[in-house]
Amino acid sequence: MVQRILNDPDNIVDEMISGFLKTHKDIVEATENNRVIKAKNIPKDKVGIITGGGSGHKPAFIGYVGKNMCDAVAVGEVFSSPTAMAFLDAAKAVDQKKGVACLYGNYSGDNMNVKMAIKMAIKQGITIKSVIANDDVASAPKNQREKRRGVAGEILMWKIGGAKAAQGGNLDEVIAAAQKAIDSTRSVGIGLSPCTLPAAGHPNFEIKPGMMEMGIGHHGEPGMEICSLKTAKEIAEKMINIVIPDYPFKEQDEVVVLVSGLGATPVMELYVLYNEIEKLIKTKNIIIYKAYVGNYFTSLEMKGATLTIMKLDQELKKLIDMPAYTMGLKQK
Amino acid sequence: MNVFENKKGKIILLKMVKTIQENKVYLGDLDGLIGDGDHGMNMNKGFSLFEKRYCKNDFSFTDGLKNLGMLLMNEIGGSMGPIYGTVFIGMAEAGENLETISLEDFSKILEAGYNGLMEIVEARAGDKTLVDTLFPTLKSLKTDVVLGVDFVVALDKMKAAAKQGSESTKDMVARYGRSSRLGERSRGVLDTGSVSCYLILAAMADGIKEILKEL
Repeated sequence: MVQRILNDPDNIVDEMISGFLKTHKDIVEATENNRVIKAKNIPKDKVGIITGGGSGHKPAFIGYVGKNMCDAVAVGEVFSSPTAMAFLDAAKAVDQKKGVACLYGNYSGDNMNVKMAIKMAIKQGITIKSVIANDDVASAPKNQREKRRGVAGEILMWKIGGAKAAQGGNLDEVIAAAQKAIDSTRSVGIGLSPCTLPAAGHPNFEIKPGMMEMGIGHHGEPGMEICSLKTAKEIAEKMINIVIPDYPFKEQDEVVVLVSGLGATPVMELYVLYNEIEKLIKTKNIIIYKAYVGNYFTSLEMKGATLTIMKLDQELKKLIDMPAYTMGLKQK
Repeated sequence: MNVFENKKGKIILLKMVKTIQENKVYLGDLDGLIGDGDHGMNMNKGFSLFEKRYCKNDFSFTDGLKNLGMLLMNEIGGSMGPIYGTVFIGMAEAGENLETISLEDFSKILEAGYNGLMEIVEARAGDKTLVDTLFPTLKSLKTDVVLGVDFVVALDKMKAAAKQGSESTKDMVARYGRSSRLGERSRGVLDTGSVSCYLILAAMADGIKEILKEL
């Protein structure tokens, strides 16, 4: 029996949305589609930024709706893509005749539903262009980057794309900036325990006590290697050795580092991990311009963490520094 | 009889709903092996919602397919919403003007659903997806149309083809969808979509057989 706070598991997403809207009423508001949440007071005449994805990744995705990030989000069932209609309604909710950028992660359901939404939007006179995040190094070899999944790097893509739109960038400029952000970003995840879909009631995969899975996906998709649980220092080394050479990040590169928990790992441990990661990055003479540590993109109650690194240039530096005010990311 | 009345088709949809409800846990567990485990629940949610919303009243085979397809597409999402939504809506549109449905009609209806799907997915036969169930099923039907096989016999053969198609995914390596990232590790496990597709097609065949027997 899994210990959970819920009523009916089939209503968990709707009840979560309801609670979220009540809590963050200064940031977000409901729309006519109960699976689409939009930002309050969206500035006039800007490109709309939307995203969407399955639930269970809090704060992603709705936690990144707000000032200078996403304008609207389509919410799916737990670990399941939102409908094409929800993506379309999200676009309609924020379209100001400047076009809409849909910045989302590379999963087959999302790809199909966004594709259909874009088709439907054309008929309604709305232009949607998309950037598909594929930062998860472990999910496919480098020569098949188009197959890689999107994970926590999506947050940096939203940050950059959202900031570019807030600066007054046109649709192509926003798309180019978001694409550059994700192209400059690499991630890897480790899992220490499985997660359980609320309606299933039991975990759908296993990580035995004392073991860890390198390269695990955001829904528990199998990783590259199952090995015995290591110390924080050794885990950091393994993660760094996957992420750094893939891009590759080089000496004197300025980077953003994002360490996110997967839901059930105490934030304290994330700082222990970051402490080791920071040391390793320094020994490689890579410069950490900015770091984020916390539960930024989770997988229900999985134990584990993801490491995301993004290389900066002058443009990305300015955009990453722009203020943001969302539930998941608040920055002055 | 070698045709069935479209308007009597509710029983077919009810069988489809029942098989998904009965196999919810099995599909979820299967999906958990190489996917993300949401398949059983989302299918069950969509099909059960359809039952709740429409099954109080009578409806035809094609109207039932259309309403189920629209519901999956517009309210369930995931991968299976657009996939089955497209298949069912494509089937419904191909047959909605028919009062009676022959084996040849049914084959054309399923082919329209298949063609609709081919427009939205890149997966083809051999990629370890539900296409591996749908394609041989359609092929079996088309062959039997040409051979002039009895409708009931053709439905039994279609079921066997669907089952065999689904089972063929076990030895395949996924090249499309979420499990494609697993490469060799996806070998040895059935593709969940191919299994749900088999269950749906088998229920469809059983439902049609039941109407044919009544006549």
